[in-house]
Amino acid sequence: MDWLFFGEISLAGLAMGGLYALIALGFVIIYKATRVINFAIGEIMMFAAYLFLAFAGGMEMSPWIALPLAVIGGSILGGVIEKTMIRPMLGESPISVVMVTIGIASILVGLVEFIWTADPQLLPNFLPREPVFIGELYLAPKIAYGFLIASVLLIIYLLYFRFSRGGVALRATASDQAAAYSMGINVRRVFNMAWVFGSLAASLAGVLVAATGGLSPQFGIIGLSVLVVVIVGGLDSILGALVAGVFIGWLETVAGAYLGGEYRMPATFLVLAVILVIRPYGLFGTHEIERV
Amino acid sequence: MRIGDAKQSYEADEAIWTSPTQKVWLGLFLLILLIFPFIVDSYLLYLGCLVGIAVISTTGLNILTGFTGLISLGQAGFMGVGAYTVAWLSINTALPFPVTLVLAGLMAAAVGILVGLPSLRVKGLYLAIATLAASVFLHFIFAEWEAVTGGMGGLSLEPAHLFGMKFQSDFMMYFIIVPLAVLMVLAARNVFRTRIGRAFIAIRDRDISAEILGINLLRYKLMSFALSSFYAGVAGGLFAYFYRVVTPESFPLSMSIFYLAAVIVGGMGNLLGGILGAAFMTLVPEALKLLTAALTPFYPNAPVFMSPMLEIIFGALIVGFLIFEPHGLAEIWHRIRRFFRLWPFRN
Repeated sequence: MDWLFFGEISLAGLAMGGLYALIALGFVIIYKATRVINFAIGEIMMFAAYLFLAFAGGMEMSPWIALPLAVIGGSILGGVIEKTMIRPMLGESPISVVMVTIGIASILVGLVEFIWTADPQLLPNFLPREPVFIGELYLAPKIAYGFLIASVLLIIYLLYFRFSRGGVALRATASDQAAAYSMGINVRRVFNMAWVFGSLAASLAGVLVAATGGLSPQFGIIGLSVLVVVIVGGLDSILGALVAGVFIGWLETVAGAYLGGEYRMPATFLVLAVILVIRPYGLFGTHEIERV
Repeated sequence: MRIGDAKQSYEADEAIWTSPTQKVWLGLFLLILLIFPFIVDSYLLYLGCLVGIAVISTTGLNILTGFTGLISLGQAGFMGVGAYTVAWLSINTALPFPVTLVLAGLMAAAVGILVGLPSLRVKGLYLAIATLAASVFLHFIFAEWEAVTGGMGGLSLEPAHLFGMKFQSDFMMYFIIVPLAVLMVLAARNVFRTRIGRAFIAIRDRDISAEILGINLLRYKLMSFALSSFYAGVAGGLFAYFYRVVTPESFPLSMSIFYLAAVIVGGMGNLLGGILGAAFMTLVPEALKLLTAALTPFYPNAPVFMSPMLEIIFGALIVGFLIFEPHGLAEIWHRIRRFFRLWPFRN
């Protein structure tokens, strides 16, 4: 066995896993606060990436201006989706809410094809090009810097939710909605903020992933990998999102490299199936007790 | 206004067709179904067959999702199992189509039971994701198990046959598909008058309460999975006979979502809703195609925008129905019926 190759593949996988962790974090924020499983997260990422393409490619802005603009655009999209389509579904069955997000995903794919056509696109390169070496291991620069940017946002998020007022409000709402409401927390605003913050994380990850792998209206498929991550980690666990994100990213890349691309999805879904049978609420998720 | 239909026995209350008017309308409808293929052109006939297949599959999913409350994202996978079973049997054996279709249904039901096994431990959205995992595995098997499924190239099969008669054209297929669809919807309607169907509904309404009432959850959930995937398998088998080619890409995840959307747009937990939803969702893209064709002389770009418009309309229909008409087309239908029944009074 070639350990150097294995090391390089693993490193690339772990870096990809960092991006998954960021997307999964966005997913978990939304789930924790509003109990909505967001099947449209891949499409929100895609939309932000296309915005970046429009700003940086079409309007020829500097990528470092286009990136924040695209991310802000993506988070506004998240806020608007919550206000117009998720809010009216409050109190409906989870099946219906999930189907609404699937519908939103379809609308976003259509919109993107409408504006930017269905052809695959390449994002202008904005990350440094020098190869990165960690010890003897080579790592593609796009993936390495993508991972770096993702980790910065991840750390900001973790600190924000731990210490800031808004973060405490969000965690309070997640743990007991009625109590939070009676303590004067504006629950509606928390719901909206959760969608904005969740979409922000997803949007940044979207641009970074698209910068390494290209962009097309099928980009939203990545949402399925993220779904695996959050189920394995536990839907309401931030720690779970981080650990499972890195693990699934690694597994997917290693399975793809050793067994072939067609094994990527079955490999991760196999882990998902095993986790569902052993620990249905995920590795770190809370086991909800149901009362009649 | 219709008056004086007080029921005097439980049997009358349980009856599927409660009034003579209903029977007359139903008879008329069946008559139209019968003469439909003789009077329409080949395009409408093709659409009729598609709607028939969609009705069978949607009714199956409705049993699972609408009546038992278990969400499934694996419907296309189960249809694939049925389609591959039919394709394999028609290539390797000389069995007539009623046998292969039943075997396709049974095969899909067996896979459905396997997929349903986690349903005792996980439910709700976790279950939806378990079925999603199943559909990923099934797709993988369709694409990779080349000895049986022919790999990515898929399988081409002979036309359906019975007593030496070959069902080659759409016209012939119509007479397999539509009677089967009617039969299977009727069978589903009858299931919900029995203990089994009632148990399904009890599980949907509150599974823990159902268990306390003495319903064996695992058994009935698996039964629901089996029944639903039997329908999917038969629909998949018809799909295989209809197109006479089966590939792994014939049954993508978007197809599972399509059937879920059909159940929702039609009305969850309502068999009439399933029929309306299946017909509606099948015909909307076709209507859009006609519209595009009509617009092309004026806007040469129209065909380019058709596929994105279709995605947007598909999504907007799901979102719109869930927000504004959660009980779906069936509720609209009932409102129209109520209007005529109560006329000249309002409500």
